[in-house]
Amino acid sequence: MATTTTDESEHTETESGLELRRIALYGALLALVGAYLSPLYSGLTTAFKTQEAYRNTSPLQPPLEGFTIDPWVTAGSELAFAMVNSFAMVIPAAVLSALFGSLTAYGLTKVDWRGQVFVLVLFLAAVFIPYQAVLVPLRQFWSMIGLSQLHPRGELVELTITHIAYGIPICTILFRSYYQTLDSELIEAARLDGASLARIYRKIVLPLSLPMFAVTLIYQFTQVWNDFLFALVLLSNRSNYVVTLELNALAGSMATDYSVQMAGAFIAALPTILVYILFGEQFAKGQTL
Amino acid sequence: MDSLRNSIKRLNPLSASDSDFLESMPFWLPATALVLLFVYGAIGWNVIISFTGWSGLGQPDYTNFTLEMYRQMPSDPDFMASLRNTIALLVAFTGVSLVVGLGLALLVDRKIRFESTFRTIYLLPMALSFVVTAIFWSWMYASNGLINTTLSGLGLGWLAHDWLGDPRFKLAAVIFALVWQFSGYCMIVYLAGLRSIPNDHYEAARIDGASTLTLYRRIIIPQLRSSTVGATVVLMVFALKAFDFIYVMFGTNPGRSVDILAVTMYREAFSSSEWAYGAAIAVVLFALALTIIGPYAYTQYKRGAL
Repeated sequence: MATTTTDESEHTETESGLELRRIALYGALLALVGAYLSPLYSGLTTAFKTQEAYRNTSPLQPPLEGFTIDPWVTAGSELAFAMVNSFAMVIPAAVLSALFGSLTAYGLTKVDWRGQVFVLVLFLAAVFIPYQAVLVPLRQFWSMIGLSQLHPRGELVELTITHIAYGIPICTILFRSYYQTLDSELIEAARLDGASLARIYRKIVLPLSLPMFAVTLIYQFTQVWNDFLFALVLLSNRSNYVVTLELNALAGSMATDYSVQMAGAFIAALPTILVYILFGEQFAKGQTL
Repeated sequence: MDSLRNSIKRLNPLSASDSDFLESMPFWLPATALVLLFVYGAIGWNVIISFTGWSGLGQPDYTNFTLEMYRQMPSDPDFMASLRNTIALLVAFTGVSLVVGLGLALLVDRKIRFESTFRTIYLLPMALSFVVTAIFWSWMYASNGLINTTLSGLGLGWLAHDWLGDPRFKLAAVIFALVWQFSGYCMIVYLAGLRSIPNDHYEAARIDGASTLTLYRRIIIPQLRSSTVGATVVLMVFALKAFDFIYVMFGTNPGRSVDILAVTMYREAFSSSEWAYGAAIAVVLFALALTIIGPYAYTQYKRGAL
């Protein structure tokens, strides 16, 4: 009781101090919001400015005079085909690596046999490997397989398969940490009743995995859409360029026209920004393993 | 249930483990084969290529092996500059990102309103491609870009610089932008850590009359060790392969002040067709990554986290 009363008297004494602290806290949080959004803000204002307005006004100023949507039209028509290529690559790549990840994690978690931890260590290490260590062999490998000679779209297929393979380790690790929390009694009971592993996966594990599929699909979508390195090494035909590659080419050819560059950057980022805004929770989960 | 299962295992001459192993193969074997081929097979192949001396058009000669590629590294000023920059980037980027991320997490963790909005904004840069962020930051750092105009507006015009042209500032400019992109990630890792500290730890310290500073130093920071270790591994490994951002900003030849191994590797192999030398630089990068991942994977395994 005594502590409560001292607490209360202290409270009234320092109330104005607390109030000030609270204001300072929100002030700091808002200043940081300004700092974190400033690169996007300066990009957005510039993307709507005519060349004249770009030269005469600060990037802080909103595009009130000299407002134009021409940069968006120019960048959009340049990037359209590459956006289509990116979607054609990212959808199968995300779905298949998530599916492989789920099946693999199930096989390595809910069924026990010696040596599964060794396989898991291989997967965990593969998550962190610098891709530079595989680039030269990767290019050799695909030129030996020669899909790009078979079909003009072959390169894009090569890139998609590459993304599936390198996406499997992280998807497996994500599903694995989730499957460890699943109640194993249910699965054990089904096993004793003589259900096959495939049946248990379909009837019990897969339906319970849907929240984790959302996390891995969003992770892989963002990863694959944003990739630049694999595309740079594997794609040589301009018509197969994905959006990151084409955006880099656009920025190079319009080096002095920041308005078009900014509009292009926003167009290329739009799908991942939308996914992030709609599924922020799942995105954050994927990032923290 | 476990004991029942164990006794079944013991009774069964073909142990349950072995039959599980066979039955579970269709689930994990295809993916494991792909990973073995694309990741480990490719790494091994890359090591072999680094010993061949392969350059130019044509195919590597797998009958003649040499250590020449590794021998020439110490006398290659480009390589040595890249190695130095890589280490500098790794240390500065990781350190600053962790500090900024911890700061953000502590601010956000003070029972604020609109917490999820603040979190969403700080983490947003992580959702963007490096191609996109490199283009944004090229404009931020431009002579008439936001940074220089803001400095002039504040009467600090003398601080304005050609950030991406001056060799003294290039690497720092890259690190600053990458910290912007990754500190939100550190924030969510630390937030998860902060929220797993049991409440009674705070209560006990409060009752003992600990000041806020002591509270942070004695209770909060030590409890965040595993968050720090996890985030450090991710950041360091990222720093080793921070290729996209620098390549998009400066091109294949960013100059010695900002060249890093990942860029040097690409330039040697894919621009100059010095395939074996590029492969050898990649081996060095891989070895650096292993010194970071190895201990981490080992402790994860020891702790039974796998």
